Amino acid sequence: MATMSELYQTVILDHNRTPRNYRAMPEATRQAEGFNPLCGDKVHVWLKVSGDGRIEDVSFQGEGCAISKASSSIMTQTVKGKSVEEARALFEEFHEVVTGKSPGEGHGKMAVFAGVSAFPMRVKCAILGWHALRAALERPDAVVSTE
Amino acid sequence: MAIAAPARPAVPPTALDVEAVRADFPILGTPVHGRRLVYLDSAASSQKPRQVIDAERTFYETSYANIHRGVYELSARATEAYDESRVRVGRYLGARHPHEIIFTRGTTDGINLVAQSFVRPRLRPGDEILITALEHHSNIVPWQLAAAATGAVLRVAPVSERGELELDAFEALIGPKTRFVAVAHVSNALGTVNPVAAMIEMAHAGGVPVLLDGAQAAPHLPVDLAGLGADFFACSAHKMYGPTGIGVLYGREELLDAMPPVQGGGDMIATVTFEKSTWAPLPAKFEAGTPHIAGAVGLGAAVDYIEGLGRDAVAAHEHELLTYATARLADLPGVTVVGQASEKASVLSFTMSGIHPHDIGTVLDSVGVCVRAGHHCAQPLMQRLGLVATARASFAAYNTRSDVDALADGLERVRAVFA
Repeated sequence: MATMSELYQTVILDHNRTPRNYRAMPEATRQAEGFNPLCGDKVHVWLKVSGDGRIEDVSFQGEGCAISKASSSIMTQTVKGKSVEEARALFEEFHEVVTGKSPGEGHGKMAVFAGVSAFPMRVKCAILGWHALRAALERPDAVVSTE
Repeated sequence: MAIAAPARPAVPPTALDVEAVRADFPILGTPVHGRRLVYLDSAASSQKPRQVIDAERTFYETSYANIHRGVYELSARATEAYDESRVRVGRYLGARHPHEIIFTRGTTDGINLVAQSFVRPRLRPGDEILITALEHHSNIVPWQLAAAATGAVLRVAPVSERGELELDAFEALIGPKTRFVAVAHVSNALGTVNPVAAMIEMAHAGGVPVLLDGAQAAPHLPVDLAGLGADFFACSAHKMYGPTGIGVLYGREELLDAMPPVQGGGDMIATVTFEKSTWAPLPAKFEAGTPHIAGAVGLGAAVDYIEGLGRDAVAAHEHELLTYATARLADLPGVTVVGQASEKASVLSFTMSGIHPHDIGTVLDSVGVCVRAGHHCAQPLMQRLGLVATARASFAAYNTRSDVDALADGLERVRAVFA
């Protein structure tokens, strides 16, 4: 099997300890909650989307494992300043990364999640925050489940 | 047909020969990630001994046909094997009669059967069903469905921070509107053994029948249902060294007799016309369709296996492991045992400060140690304890102190990864 250091890379451990953009956003224009009913993990994502469809700000809070928390944290950094369309494409790219179909290079820190593909039980942890992001992009107030 | 007195001899528990037990479980010789398998998730499902695997294979190879139908020799043999398993299971659980044992798909199926056939027709708006805060989702949701269909209300007896039922509060919740009590015999999430004898007495004093969710009790504790006075008891073969897909609902004869069937079909009828059908006697009334015949044979072999080890010996062995593991984990910095009931069976739930149980589970897996991580299908209990999830190690007859040592070493490794 892949080693623990391939899964729990230094960047992931850092974002788990100190998640970025970890706050509620009262002025958000869109938000969504993501649940993983299998394990009880949850994440809340807030977005401020400008009139011309740009993500001006993004934040999250939630309960989850190191993979889920680091992934949401890095997701906020990855999509901040991007257009809604670009963010949707980044969701697709992230899905390819954690399922081992793309190395994820050229998209900030996304590549550190390539190791997750060797742990199929953990793919849902990694993608939870991204699912919530996508749900918030589709509908202003959404609740989404990984199942 | 009546069941003879329990076969369990009143001798002191003999020590378990754990190495001999381990040799009975072929999977324990299978490495995981190149390591010795340390299986500490028997509360989710136990591994299977060669005796159970062989019983099913031999049955398929030498005695298989459909039951209760053919006039030919094979069908007679299959029918005999199926019925014989019912007798063994009845004896194992302390039933008065074999026909008080209904074969189901598992604990969940048995609880739902009671909810739909016995409880739901008795409920009027405002009536109450009493459960406890320790329950598995399968002993919560069936009652919510029955309540939603009738306007009845679910009441929940509280548990303490230590994970023990508050017995006085439980008793106080039994009132004139209480129609049914459904409680876990042993908590799957914390290992708490509920004082079910006292609880049954309290409920019966108010004229209220009681179902025990016995999924975690049947493999680990001597159970004497007639002696306890339980009205219903549900358990699953796969947690007691038996096959998946089969379980048992015990019900007192007079209650089962008065209950309508839930599923209609073959084997559960006496006569059928297009105007009206009449029901077969127990237990066939509740076993519509071709059942899991080989599963019943495997379950019969499983209860024989446990009785062969000695139920008191198994319980004593698991208790010793639980005590040892609790002490080992108490010595590890940042580890907190969740659930400190004075009576516990074979489950050790714990958390590590700053590390999510899933991450604990993944790192332990990398060194061959299998534990459960999550809410253990007991989300309301987790909320009561202020937790999202725990890691859970659970023990069976085949576990050893060296398994516990591997767990403790694995937790040191978890600490190192997240240092």
